[in-house]
Amino acid sequence: MNQSEFIKTITPFKDRLFRLAKRLLVSTEEAEDATQEVLVRLWNNREKLKSYSSVEALAVTITKNYCLDQLKSKRATEMRIVHSNYSDRQAGLLQQAEDRDSWDWVEKIIDRLPEQQKLIVQLRDIEEYEFEEIAKIMDMNETAVRVALSRARKTIREELKKLHSYGIKAN
Amino acid sequence: MELKQIENLLDKYFESETSIAEERELKAYFASQDVAPHLEQYRPMFGYFPQSGTQQFSKTVPLKPGKQKKYVAWLSVAASVVVLFGMFTFFNNSRPSAGQELGTYNDPEVAFRETQKALDMLSKNVNTGVNSMEYIHKYEETRTTIFKH
Repeated sequence: MNQSEFIKTITPFKDRLFRLAKRLLVSTEEAEDATQEVLVRLWNNREKLKSYSSVEALAVTITKNYCLDQLKSKRATEMRIVHSNYSDRQAGLLQQAEDRDSWDWVEKIIDRLPEQQKLIVQLRDIEEYEFEEIAKIMDMNETAVRVALSRARKTIREELKKLHSYGIKAN
Repeated sequence: MELKQIENLLDKYFESETSIAEERELKAYFASQDVAPHLEQYRPMFGYFPQSGTQQFSKTVPLKPGKQKKYVAWLSVAASVVVLFGMFTFFNNSRPSAGQELGTYNDPEVAFRETQKALDMLSKNVNTGVNSMEYIHKYEETRTTIFKH
């Protein structure tokens, strides 16, 4: 596999890898580094890529594992990820600003989910993978994926409900 | 789309029983302007998902041809072989040549004379050193004569 062939293979999904990495690592810079690292790893093993049925699933799996490793080593050294991605508001229509604000809330809520649920929400609701693919990537069975996803979606719903009725109802 | 249908889809959605197509319908519904007031709370969720899917990876990937690695490895092996060979030949050649230049005598008489000559030269040089020390005695004598009285 030469360079242009490789680039043709990775172009359709490299943004997805980045978004997945960002979901887990939160910081844009770290997500970029992680994506780069994963793509370089794929490139170094480019001769073996043909034996995989889906390079994309492989890449997603590598990204997932790499990011989880990164998080683990971070926790071991007691470092906290510093990020400032939330507050990127631009002047605009009131509705737009409000929307962006509430999207930030959704992002924060997802950020608080357990890693497994975070990954599944990312893969299903944002990247729109089929359950079968997610099960393969996550190394889980489909039922377990559905259960985890349902749990995650309900958590998001409950948190949003709380926000929505904030100030109206006493807790 | 009918409200009843959306509500049904939402119920299925939270049980993870919707298909990708049905989830897209939901996203489309919540992106529209007329969302039923009691469903308003779900709008951020379904608005966030498509928006979050637009982020792009902008960094370039450094794709080095992988063969370079092997090449460097072999180069270092070759270099170490050359260095080892060089050291081996250097030590092998230099030692015998240094030993040959010392020379030797076959006749004991000649050897004896030569040894004497060498020792003579040595003692002469030692004596010149001793001669210069001679006048320390004089100094010693004067010191004793002064301090005796």
